[in-house]
Amino acid sequence: MSNQQNINSLPLIIIAGTPGAGKTSILVHTIRILKSANRRPALVKIDCLATDDDIRFAKLGLPVLVGLSRDMCPDHYSIYNLDEMKEFAQKNHADSLIMETAGLCHRCAPYTENCLGVCVIDSTSGPNNPGKAGPFLSCADIVVVTKGDMISQAEREIFRERILEANPRCYIVDVNGLNGQGAAELAQKFQSFKAGSSGEDKLRHNAPFAVCTLCIGEQRVDKKFHRGLLRNMNGCEQYVGE
Amino acid sequence: MVKIECISLIGGIDKSGNPENITSLDIRKGEIIGIVGPTGSGKSQLIADIEQLSQKDSSTRRQILVNGKVPSPALRNDPRQKMVAQLSQNMNFLADMEVRDFLRLHARCRGKDQISTDEIIQKANQLTGEPIKPNDNLTILSGGQTRALMVADVAVISESPIVLIDEIENAGIKKHEALELLSGHNKLIMIVTHDPVMALSAKKRIIMKNGGMSTLLEATPEENIVSEQLTGIDATILQLRELLRNGKHIRETDLHNLPQSLLCKEENASLTL
Ligand SMILES: Nc1nc2c(ncn2[C@@H]2O[C@H](COP(=O)(O)OP(=O)(O)OP(=O)(O)O)[C@@H](O)[C@H]2O)c(=O)[nH]1
Ligand SMILES: Nc1ncnc2c1ncn2[C@@H]1O[C@H](COP(=O)(O)OP(=O)(O)OP(=O)(O)O)[C@@H](O)[C@H]1O
Ligand SMILES: [Mg+2]
Ligand SMILES: [Mg+2]
Ligand SMILES: [Zn+2]
Ligand SMILES: [Zn+2]
Repeated sequence: MSNQQNINSLPLIIIAGTPGAGKTSILVHTIRILKSANRRPALVKIDCLATDDDIRFAKLGLPVLVGLSRDMCPDHYSIYNLDEMKEFAQKNHADSLIMETAGLCHRCAPYTENCLGVCVIDSTSGPNNPGKAGPFLSCADIVVVTKGDMISQAEREIFRERILEANPRCYIVDVNGLNGQGAAELAQKFQSFKAGSSGEDKLRHNAPFAVCTLCIGEQRVDKKFHRGLLRNMNGCEQYVGE
Repeated sequence: MVKIECISLIGGIDKSGNPENITSLDIRKGEIIGIVGPTGSGKSQLIADIEQLSQKDSSTRRQILVNGKVPSPALRNDPRQKMVAQLSQNMNFLADMEVRDFLRLHARCRGKDQISTDEIIQKANQLTGEPIKPNDNLTILSGGQTRALMVADVAVISESPIVLIDEIENAGIKKHEALELLSGHNKLIMIVTHDPVMALSAKKRIIMKNGGMSTLLEATPEENIVSEQLTGIDATILQLRELLRNGKHIRETDLHNLPQSLLCKEENASLTL
């Protein structure tokens, strides 16, 4: 069996969500449950500039790896580094790979077709937020709603409805990141997940165009300095250049 | 829709990790149960466990059964199937939208589109002082207005066979009217309270301690008598509250509703509760 095949059969779980949504909090509770069921996932945190999450993950006694994307989109960075992360997991005899990404860019979604895509969303962000969240919510398999303890039952129910409007086929789990309530249901979903079968894994959502002069480092603001595919305020696109 | 006959609370652990004193407790429809205990003793957590129909997956490791059985995930999560209405301890709304839109959205979530939002606002306004207007933004409502709207919303839109109420006496709304609005016929009601009038109005009460259900007390015949007298005292206090709110001076005769036994016989009668 080739190494590549081996790597693709490793279940990959990708957790995305805005900063502070509660990704690490719910993961710590969920992974504790997985551990007590004798599972051994490897954990990877992808962030932009800095993170303390590795310290929180390390307390779980599992292999932990951190990647910092710096000035690049953390979602892009996590995608082309997937194989390296999987190799890390295998080297450490892990039975699955759980990756938390910072998900700062609302236009990208880090999920691949073969992975279990989990979006974590903070219910105190208001009922209009799910509609604005973008592909990391709309292409997720599971949506985890956190901080329900801070809002009324009515607001929780409205929030849930708004998530279903943005992603009608997702499975919603309420998890309290402070006390872990609901984490057992999420752990159940993680445990029953099997890696997809397609030999070559693909992104679920195409990355946005990155084709203007800003993308390659131009810092001046005036429009005359910019070439490439530009979109005007009225929504029309134009190509400027040769 | 599942018909509720009874829910069972299967005890878990307290904050120190020891098994709860009460290992199992059945509550039937039509019962009103009080939940009392010091601040931080786990009262709100207990009703959160019931609202979520916890399956040993919260910090308390409690399990909640419905009609003796483990409830389905849909019963736990789907607002259209939910059997629990909860007035939580939260004192403000975070949603940035108008009262009318909020109520309409919530009604749709519960599959009750035909409900009139004006009727709910009118019910809320009977519990509070200055009226809430349909086009007010939720976030500008005062604490009492918010609380009143939460009560009316829970009573009408979330109308369910199980009603969980956390500290209805908060925020200075009319608590008796609010309780009446929330507690329909033959419901299973649980009331978290620090208010003796509320606590004694329940036939049974759970005493919370260190995060665990410690004892179940039944109201004694003597407590029933005290409860009646207390209701009189409470009515007087509420009357005084209204007088003060409306800028009136209080006169000694305003205390006439108080039973004599509770007034000090000393020269200057003062209220000792
Ligand atoms: N009240 C409440 N607070 C929560 C809940 N979940 C998480 N928090 C708090 O939210 C804050 C952020 O949680 P994290 O788990 O660090 O969030 P994150 O998504 O991992 O954040 P980054 O890794 O920085 O992107 C922490 O202070 C948590 O204690 C919850 O369910 N309820
Ligand atoms: N059995 C338990 N094990 C662990 N933590 C618990 C337990 N019961 C309650 N807690 C936690 O203790 C804290 C205080 O509990 P809670 O908010 O329910 O108190 P309360 O009785 O409602 O207090 P108050 O009267 O101030 O509202 C909460 O963070 C809650 O999650
Ligand atoms: Mg984190
Ligand atoms: Mg409380
Ligand atoms: Zn991006
Ligand atoms: Zn660009």
